[in-house]
Formats: sequence, structure tokens, C-alpha cells
Amino acid sequence: MRDIFDSTIERFFLDMVSTEQVLHAEKEGWHEELWGSLDELGFTLAMAPESAGGAGANWTDLCGVARLTGSYSLPLPLLEAIFSNWLLSLCGLDPLTGALTFAAKSDLKLIEEKLTGVLQDVPWGRYAGHILAIVPEAEQNHLVVFTSEQIESVEQVNNVAGEARDTLVLAQVKPAFSTVLPAQFPANILQLGGAMIRSAQIAGALHKAMNISHEYAAERVQFGRPIGSFQAIQHQLAQMAEHVTASVISAEAAFSGSPDALDPLAVCAAKICTSEAAGVGASIAHAVHGAIGFTHEHPLHLLSRRLWSWRSEFGSETYWAKQLGEAVCKHGYQDFWPAVTAGHFDTFQKEIRE
Amino acid sequence: MSIEQFKYSSIPAEAEKLRVEVRAFLQQELAEFPNIKRADSWIGFDAQFSRKLGQRGWVGMALPKQYGGSDASAFERYVVMEELLAAGAPVSAHWFSDRQSGPQILKFGTEKQKNFHLPAICRGEQYFCIGMSEPNSGSDLASIKSRAVLQGDKLIVNGQKVWTTNAHLAHYMIALVRTSEGEKRQQGLSQIIIDLSLPGITVRPIKDLVGGAHFNEVFLDNVELDADAIIGTEGEGWSQVTAELAMERSGPERFLSSMALLNSLIGIIGTKPDALQAKEIGRLTAKLITLRNMSLSVTQQLSEGKSPVWAASCVKAFGATFEQEIPELAQALCDISPTSLGGSEHAQVLAYLMQMAPSFSLRGGTREILRGIIARGLGEN
Ligand SMILES: Cc1cc2nc3c(=O)[nH]c(=O)nc-3n(C[C@H](O)[C@H](O)[C@H](O)COP(=O)(O)OP(=O)(O)OC[C@H]3O[C@@H](n4cnc5c(N)ncnc54)[C@H](O)[C@@H]3O)c2cc1C
Repeated sequence: MRDIFDSTIERFFLDMVSTEQVLHAEKEGWHEELWGSLDELGFTLAMAPESAGGAGANWTDLCGVARLTGSYSLPLPLLEAIFSNWLLSLCGLDPLTGALTFAAKSDLKLIEEKLTGVLQDVPWGRYAGHILAIVPEAEQNHLVVFTSEQIESVEQVNNVAGEARDTLVLAQVKPAFSTVLPAQFPANILQLGGAMIRSAQIAGALHKAMNISHEYAAERVQFGRPIGSFQAIQHQLAQMAEHVTASVISAEAAFSGSPDALDPLAVCAAKICTSEAAGVGASIAHAVHGAIGFTHEHPLHLLSRRLWSWRSEFGSETYWAKQLGEAVCKHGYQDFWPAVTAGHFDTFQKEIRE
Repeated sequence: MSIEQFKYSSIPAEAEKLRVEVRAFLQQELAEFPNIKRADSWIGFDAQFSRKLGQRGWVGMALPKQYGGSDASAFERYVVMEELLAAGAPVSAHWFSDRQSGPQILKFGTEKQKNFHLPAICRGEQYFCIGMSEPNSGSDLASIKSRAVLQGDKLIVNGQKVWTTNAHLAHYMIALVRTSEGEKRQQGLSQIIIDLSLPGITVRPIKDLVGGAHFNEVFLDNVELDADAIIGTEGEGWSQVTAELAMERSGPERFLSSMALLNSLIGIIGTKPDALQAKEIGRLTAKLITLRNMSLSVTQQLSEGKSPVWAASCVKAFGATFEQEIPELAQALCDISPTSLGGSEHAQVLAYLMQMAPSFSLRGGTREILRGIIARGLGEN
């Protein structure tokens, strides 16, 4: 299934997601026509079961798509929607069409069956028809879905790449849908999902940034020869390649978990490695491109501004590294290697769950 | 696409089964083995230990049964290797034969060479060293001067090798020597097996900066070998060595050399790390998990019969950075001075690996050389 997904989406992006389109979307905020075509292709339902009109894909099938949304700077919450529909399906709810996103950061309080609070950093929040959130409760967590009409107010926030990351305020709202979050999902499942998505997008964007840097180094001539023949440039590109490789592998590992849960350790490792790589890679790509890469006209900034944004979203390198490091230390060194090979730190998994 | 060579591959359940057995064995064998010894990682030499591994079928295990191996999969071998390294077991005696000499003989050797060497390698009794570098040929390996000339039915070898790890303890060396002149420097090189007990060979250990003596100078003065000492094809040594380097550069020893210190550091920090300690330990853990996945992906490629030289260079270059970072961080995260006499075991392990660390990005090809290979590989997309 993966090959078909990859080739279909890449053909679509080649046709539809040009530099001009991305810049246009950055200015206008939302590209309704593009979203409509993606919805029509059925991609937002990729992981919904076939019985619900989806393609029944698993995460491994979609890692390529996620990487491609990164390399093409897709200015839409495609992966957010795919993830939301996956989660809705596993929670026994019907998948949704239209612009769909989720809020990993929220402080919702339940008062007399109604929810009040603030949803933060919501990707494309102001444009979304439906927004997922989690309400943590002592006994069991709840997955809730709001519609755009239920939002009291929106504080518009954009990341460095001009992508909406809004604050949405809710005042005494009864969610459109609400259900118990099944036990296999930790309370921070939305953050975990977001971190997984962003890690693959970073891997995709970095890979593209490396390719165009390498191409540029082969074309640009100074001192009578291509700058790519200078060892200083070669070694920077090689260092970038090491990080791209680590990013791709760690993202693929994060996407290779089971079809009905996420693997917190793999996701955490991926977000740490890709977020570090994002900074190193963006800096090298710019160094290699010289002044032309610092212009608005050159498309490199589409990638670098996203790298600078995505590395902080759904938990930065530091955020995840601290959590993981605390779990490692709590276990002690005797458990360290066994946990690495098992792909599982008990306390890390447990805390993620709480 | 170079990057596309990297496909995520996990260890198959079948291979994973071995882990329990290897761990139990190591727990027993190394019960009294102190951490400062474990810090030697894969340069710790113990022939008795290697023979014990051989008895269990854990040396040369991926070689065919017909030559004394176990026909094990590349992943089964990987599980054994990484468990040995993670425990800091003294594996150096058989390491080079297991990792590269054995497979090289299997791939390129004659039936006679295979029958003679492979069973003894698998028993953990026959040890090899790698004779590539020379005084004037380090990174520029194709410039080597040592020569082997056919005289009648004898091959006469003259020259000098240097930095040869374990030459003072090994039985054989696989040496890269010049056997003819070609248009290009890379032509006319051959790989030969040298019995190190022969007359004309002088091995002088070289003390390293930590005080150990693992590598050597090897003088080859009219050493007489049988004409069939060549492995593979005369004049094809360069491409054979290149293939060998993929095996040499992608394994778990390229990122686990500082494991003893990482373990010790986690122990010293204790269960309540401060924010900086937690962050750095978490980061190192994420890197380790990812490096392991990178290395497993190369193992998958090797097991499919490919020669992933580019991918292996990525693993080694990224891995060396990780191994070298550990002593730096250990020094920065805890207020403990490294000691060479007295002090805690942690202080000694820190001192030892801090001093060893520079070699991690030299041995097996320097960081600069690897990055050259990586950069050129990007052009071959
Ligand atoms: C602990 C240890 C064990 C070893 N064991 C063995 C062994 O068992 N068998 C064996 O054959 N060899 C062994 N070696 C040797 C090792 O392979 C060489 O050290 C290595 O290939 C580098 O060669 P060199 O030391 O002569 O350094 P040089 O090649 O002289 O390099 C010195 C510096 O110049 C840089 N440099 C050189 N050429 C270039 C270039 N073209 N572009 C950019 N930078 C360049 C290098 O990267 C390095 O930074 C061992 C080395 C060590 C440290």
C-alpha cells in the first residue's frame, strides 16, 4: 500500500504544491481548493477502517506521505486529519471530513457537563471544522470533538513558517462528540501523535534541503570550480547527510509501531533526533547556499522556516529528552541496555500514560 | 538515492530469542569483571573467553556449517555482538576474524583457505589482524608500498605495516600489498594471508597514550609465503578491501565503545537527575536507539548481499561522534575529576575513555575520510 500512497501523493504534490502555492497559502492562510482535492482523493481517511470509507492503512504505510508533506511544505493539516480520523475510529466514532485538527495542549475543565478552557498551539485551528482534544480525568480520559461554531474566540498565532498555530477559547461548551479514551492511549496521545507527525515532516524537509544544497553546490562556481569540490562544503553536506539519515530512520521507527497504538519511546527518540537535526541541517543548508538562500525569492526558506518551527512543536528536543532522561535515571544503569533493546522503559511508558 | 538505502529493519523474533541465552552466559562469565575492564570494550583480549564463545557457536556464527559456522542469520550474529559489546566483554581476540577476516575468506578465498582457516576461527582459536596502514599510508591507503613478488612458487613479501591492532597476539594478518603495477594506483593491489609465525616478521608493540599496547609496527623482511596466500584475485585487492570496509564500519562497535562510561554515568547521576543531566541522558538515549536502528538497517542490506559502503560510512561517522560525546558530557554533567590512580571507579572509567576517545574517529577510517565518502555518495544519486 505504501508505494501507491507515496507515488499518488508525490504526483499530486508535484502538480499542486508548488513554491508559489505554498507562498500563496502562507499569505492567505488557507488553501481551500487544495484541501478540497486532498479530501476528494480520500487521503484524510487513509487510516480509517474500510467499513467507514477509509483505506485501512497503518502508520508504516503513511510514513512516506508524512515525509513528503515535509519535503513539499504542504500548508495544510493533512497528517493532523489522518491522525484524528485514526484516533476517532479506534475510539468508536465515525471519521470526519472537512478540515480536521487536534489540540495537544489544553486545560479543559468539566463543570456541569460543560467544558471551559483554552486550547493552545492548535495547528490550523482557525480554519478547522472539527477539533479534537483530550479531557484528562481521574478515572478515565475522554476524547472530545468541538466544531468551529463552538469556539468562543480565537487568538491568531502563526509559527515562523506562517502556519496557523492558534489559541482557541471555549466557554461552557458541550462537545459535539465525546467518548472514553480507550486504555491503550495515554492522556498525552495527541502530543505523542503530533510529535510523531512532525518528526517525519522534519525528516522530509531536511532530506529536500540536503538535496537542493547538494545540487546547488554542484552548480555554483567560485574560484573557477563548483563549490561542491571544496572539502569544507563537502564535509558540511556529509554532516547534514548523517543527520538526515538519523532523522529518516528514527521517523520510520516511530511510524512502525502497532496499528492501534503508538510507541512512546520510538516517537520520543524520533522527535529528539529530528529536532536536533533540524537546527544543524537548516544552518548547513543556508551556509552552502550563500546570500541567494537568504532571499525571499529562493525557496530554501520554505524548508528552513518550517524546520525552525516544527522542531519546537509538540515538544522540543529538550522537552522529550528530559522526560526520557528522567525515566532512564529512575531505572538505573542495570536496566538501561535491556530497555534499549526491548524498546521499552517502564517508567517512561507509565508516566506518558499518566 | 543514498538515503533511500536506509530502510527501517527490526530484529526478527527468531534472532531475538538468542538474547536471553547470551545475557545469561555473560552474567555468569563476567560476574566479577570490573567496569574499568569493561571500558576496554572490543579491545579487551582474552583467548580463553573467545574459545568459550567458540564452544557455544558464537564466533563466526554466520559462516556456513560446512566450515564450522552455524549458518546463523546476520541478525542472530548482531544480537550476539551487541550483547557482548554492551556488557564490555573481552572480545578482541576473535573480533577481527569474526567481523571481517572470516567473511572475507569465505567470500574470496579458495576451498583450501576456507577449510584451513574458517573452522579454527569458529572455534575461537585462530585470530587475525588487519594489515592495511603503513607509515606513509594512512588515509591514503592506495599509496601503500609493501610488496609481494612471485618467485617460482613462492610469494616474497617485503615492507612495513603500522598501527596493526593485535599483531602481537594474532596468528595471521590479512595484508593489503602491491603485487603489480596498474595504470591507476588502485590497480595491482592484492590481499594476502600472512602467517605471523614465519621467519622475517618482526612485531613491535606501540604504547598508546593511555599506556596500553594494542597496536604494533610489523616489519616484513623477505617473508616467504606459498603462492596461494593471495585471497581472491591478484590485482583486485582494492575492490575487496572496499567491500570489507562495509563490514568494518557499520557494526555496533562503532557506537558502543563508551558504553561502560554511559552506564557508569547513569549510575553516578542516580535516580534524581537535575534538569541538565536528565536532558543529556535522554538525548544520548535517543541517539543510541537511532544509531542502533541505522546499524540494523545496514545489517539488513549486508544480509541481502549488498555492499552498503555509503550507509556504513554514515553509521561510523555518526557513531564516532556519539561515542566521543559521552566522555565530554560525563565530564560536564558531574563534578568528578578523572583519575588515573585512586579515585572512584567512575573517575577511572571516565579518565580511560576520555583518553581513548580521539581514536574512535581515527581507527577504521577518519571522520574526514568518511565524510568525503558520504559527500561523494550524494552525487551518485
Ligand atoms: C587505535 C587505532 C587502531 C588502529 N588499528 C589499525 C589496524 O588494526 N590495522 C590498520 O591497518 N590500521 C589501523 N589503524 C590505523 C588507522 O586506519 C589510521 O590511523 C587511519 O586510517 C588514519 O591514518 P593516519 O593515522 O596515518 O592519519 P593521516 O592519514 O595522516 O591523517 C591525519 C589527518 O589528516 C586528515 N586527512 C588525511 N587525508 C585527508 C584528505 N584527503 N582530506 C581531508 N583530510 C585528510 C585525516 O582525516 C586526519 O585528520 C589504527 C588506528 C588507531 C588510532
